[in-house]
Amino acid sequence: MRQSHRLNNIGLINRDKVITFNFNGKSYQGYEGDTLASALLANGVHLVGRSFKYHRPRGFIGAGVDEPNAKLQVTINGHSEPNINATEIELVDGLSATSQNCWPSVEFDIGAINNFLKRFFPAGFYYKTFMWPKSFWYKVYEPFIRKAAGLGVASLEKDKERYEHKFEYCDLLVTGSGPSGLASAYAAAKNGAKVILAEDKPRYGGTLLTDDVSIDNMSGKDWSEKIISELKTMPNVTLKNRSQVFGYYDHNMMVMFERVGDHLSNKSKYTPRQRLWYIRAKETILSTGSIERPIVFGNNDTPGVVLSSAAKEYMKVYGVLVGRKPIIFTNNDSAYETAFEFKKNNVEPIILDTREEHDSEVVQEAKNKGIQIKFSYGVIVANGYKKVKSAKIGKLTKDKKSLESTETINCDCICVSGFWTPTVHLASQSGNKLKFDEKIDAFIPDKSKQNEKTIGAANGSFTLQETIESAFKTGSELSSKITDKNNENKIPTVTETKYSVHDKFWCMPLPKNGNPKRFVDFQNDVAVSDIEIALREGYRSIEHVKRYTTLGMATDQGRTSNLNGLQMVSNIENKIVPEVGHTTFRPPFTPITIGTIVGREVGMEFMPTRKTPMHDWHEKNNAVFVDAGAWKRPRYYKQGNETLLEASKREAKNVRENVGICDVTTLGKIDIKGPDAAEFLNRVYTNAWLKLPVGKARYGVMLREDGMIMDDGTTTRISENHYHMTTTTAQAANVLSHLEYYLQIVWPELNVNVVSTTEQWAGAAIAGPKSRDMLSKLFPDLDVSNEALPFMGYIESNLFGVPARIFRISFSGELAYEVNVESNYGLFMWEKMMEIGQEFNNQPYGTEALSTLRIEMGHVAGPELDGRTIPQDVSLDGLVSKKKDFIGKNSLGKEAFTLENRQKIVGLVPTDRKSSIPEGSHLVENEKAKLPNPKLGHVSSSCWSVENNNPFSLAIVNDGKNMIGKKLFAVSPLKNTSIEVEIISSHYVDPEGKRVRS
Amino acid sequence: MLHINCPFCGLRAQKEFAYGGDATVKRPEINKEVSKEEWDNFVYMRKSPRGKHIELWHHISGCRQWFKVQRDTATHEIFKTAKMSEEIV
Repeated sequence: MRQSHRLNNIGLINRDKVITFNFNGKSYQGYEGDTLASALLANGVHLVGRSFKYHRPRGFIGAGVDEPNAKLQVTINGHSEPNINATEIELVDGLSATSQNCWPSVEFDIGAINNFLKRFFPAGFYYKTFMWPKSFWYKVYEPFIRKAAGLGVASLEKDKERYEHKFEYCDLLVTGSGPSGLASAYAAAKNGAKVILAEDKPRYGGTLLTDDVSIDNMSGKDWSEKIISELKTMPNVTLKNRSQVFGYYDHNMMVMFERVGDHLSNKSKYTPRQRLWYIRAKETILSTGSIERPIVFGNNDTPGVVLSSAAKEYMKVYGVLVGRKPIIFTNNDSAYETAFEFKKNNVEPIILDTREEHDSEVVQEAKNKGIQIKFSYGVIVANGYKKVKSAKIGKLTKDKKSLESTETINCDCICVSGFWTPTVHLASQSGNKLKFDEKIDAFIPDKSKQNEKTIGAANGSFTLQETIESAFKTGSELSSKITDKNNENKIPTVTETKYSVHDKFWCMPLPKNGNPKRFVDFQNDVAVSDIEIALREGYRSIEHVKRYTTLGMATDQGRTSNLNGLQMVSNIENKIVPEVGHTTFRPPFTPITIGTIVGREVGMEFMPTRKTPMHDWHEKNNAVFVDAGAWKRPRYYKQGNETLLEASKREAKNVRENVGICDVTTLGKIDIKGPDAAEFLNRVYTNAWLKLPVGKARYGVMLREDGMIMDDGTTTRISENHYHMTTTTAQAANVLSHLEYYLQIVWPELNVNVVSTTEQWAGAAIAGPKSRDMLSKLFPDLDVSNEALPFMGYIESNLFGVPARIFRISFSGELAYEVNVESNYGLFMWEKMMEIGQEFNNQPYGTEALSTLRIEMGHVAGPELDGRTIPQDVSLDGLVSKKKDFIGKNSLGKEAFTLENRQKIVGLVPTDRKSSIPEGSHLVENEKAKLPNPKLGHVSSSCWSVENNNPFSLAIVNDGKNMIGKKLFAVSPLKNTSIEVEIISSHYVDPEGKRVRS
Repeated sequence: MLHINCPFCGLRAQKEFAYGGDATVKRPEINKEVSKEEWDNFVYMRKSPRGKHIELWHHISGCRQWFKVQRDTATHEIFKTAKMSEEIV
């Protein structure tokens, strides 16, 4: 297909590679090196979308990040993504794009009826209209508005692309590779600094690619290529194109978004699509340039109205004409260059200059070239619906507030230039308070807050000479501070056109008849009239005006609209712009994908997976795993078609009747050494520890300073000054930090060291009446009798040559042992146990059976120790020493903690002995009472008691002590259940604890 | 993300650290009578100053040492870091 608006001899695209793509169902062609925008324009396509509120036809305005309109739904390689800026995405084979926010099509959009009802959709319309009746909001208004508004559609498919994160340190980060970026990066690199130069676009050079300048007798483009090729040879320089530094955070950390694979048609499986860089730079140079702002006039959003700089870029970089009958509408000299470029390509432009007749260098040149100029003229209204067809232009009166005369001229595009706005977003994010520069009518950075320096156009310096000089100087100074080198730079000689002053003119007056919309913010459809309404209704703060009208709140962050909006407010308010102030700039500067933020941390890689040394065995033996923090623990070992309940009952029953083994490697283990270890434990735990003999274990409870239980576990005295502490799986990390806190900060005089040994030891619990018999077979040379190894005893031995620690401790309430070996021998130990256990009907059991066993014994665990219980609440007050001090002791005397009717742990059985009680159920006296039904307690843990063959639960109940024997209801609105329960003791099985001592 | 100078390891990213609250709070001595008020002040009462603040950080993914950081709570500027045994004035 013919590319009707492609020029033959100009542009940086690769004409040897034709790329076919699809837009709104039609096939088009472009070239490698095109953006989607330039390729569409090459085919004469301007209409790309419908506006947000009024569904007005919209076309391209910019050629890069400044673009507010051309947000498309783009599909590449089957992956669809909304809100892609057509001016930024590069053309690749098979790319397909569709317009957003229109139905049934961009050409005929039913929503455009809003445009004819626009008088009913002023600023604040939604706030005012949908206020009442209140109940309508949720069911009627919101769904309607949601359907009507919004941009593209997020894909519901899983994102198959790969995203990466990278952490980088450098001496100097330079953001933007225009003249100032190149010169400063070059100077710094010559000083030996580690430099990262980031460029948002695929091509380095910035405005040097489009401006008609010469540096050292080279064109801007050639000079930039020379500098880049030299930088590429330097090992201390990292050059990154397609990389947008979008956020400036604390302590000089910048975040950069790199498009790695988006432009590749055949990318390898492991090439990420995008990469997020966290860059910590010692110094930062912000060479982000400036963005041209439009002049506001009637119907200035009609497709075919473009920024003059964009029109020039489309010609010079992409060889594309935005139109063949252009009007150049400007208040300054820079747009003349666009006219010259048109002329060079045999297109006759007409220049409307809002300034009075004057005789600057560019005016002379235009006249010499025979270009028609109309001074004191401007475009009043663009005519045409889906494309500019003509323009009503007018001569301005001397005060520029009204029109002397009007006429209509034909045109097919209007290239508008309202002067330049420095891109100060990153500087502002760094904490730099901006200042208003009267000379250029815009904000520029003030005093540096972090180690950042803004140079070039971003700093309001609009001549190349000044920019290059200050860039060399800044790059050199900042780097020599770091490297101590001072390379002498020869500043290149620059030839450029001298510009005369611009006109402080930003909005055309309205014609006598007609009231066309004059848009300030294109993406959010905010017109001059909306700002007027906001001010009329009393909004004064610019932040309020912004929120009421949504001015500058769209994804383009008001890049083209902010200053015009401020000018508007200041004019109406009769204030100057600096008094009005500006709204806050926040990261990200450009929208980034959620995928990049997430990086590789998805699915299995969301967090590290911790596996015990026996994991493979569990896997091979049909274990169904459950997450315990980062650990994977077997929940049960499935046999045949067993359900979770059936399997856990079988496993628990086997422990009660025979013997079972359980992988307890995940328990936190802390090695404690030092002469003051006993004293330290005595302060950490609520019970007494000074007299624990060597070779004995003790159960302990530790509190937080507020009296709440922090964790429980057993600690064993391995030798005189050496202890082995175990914690719960969940609290292992917190307990270690807690111990370190007290040793390093509160009691540094205690001579004790703690270190985590969780991963050094593999552990297996052997539990059940036959566990001693099994142990004696595992350790044939060891006396494991009740006398030699009593309850809470500890022995070191060896398991077929492997050193082992044997603890006689029990969580299941049965006669039980825990054996620890070094992790590498974990699997060996486990397999030996399975082999030797056969004759005792040993079966492995998972966490579900483990819970069943401890619940029916009334042993507390995480659900009871939930940070809201003190020892008395869970019947552990016997472990609270009255004699000594310990962490949290002073809090236990609090009035609320000593109340007679304080909450307490109890047991529950359903009166029907059949219904399982959902965990989390609330206990109430009357299941039918009106809400709020007073809650007397909650169900913390539930199981099927294998001993008694009926459901059993633990609960924390108000005045629990006196509730035994009473009947309540366990109500769970979540599960829609209400079960009558009887309150009994929490010790449902073996209340005297005979079995563990047997 | 803050850049924190661990007195033992040097400048590291905030990711490696855990925040530990006000460093000027002193725990009442162990085995000594404390008034209810003094104890409650220690357990519950914290100032939330805007500006300079001396706080605890724990290098959990590094040397596992607790140390002091003097930081501006409004701007995140870090003025000084010090070992627990050192004073920040």
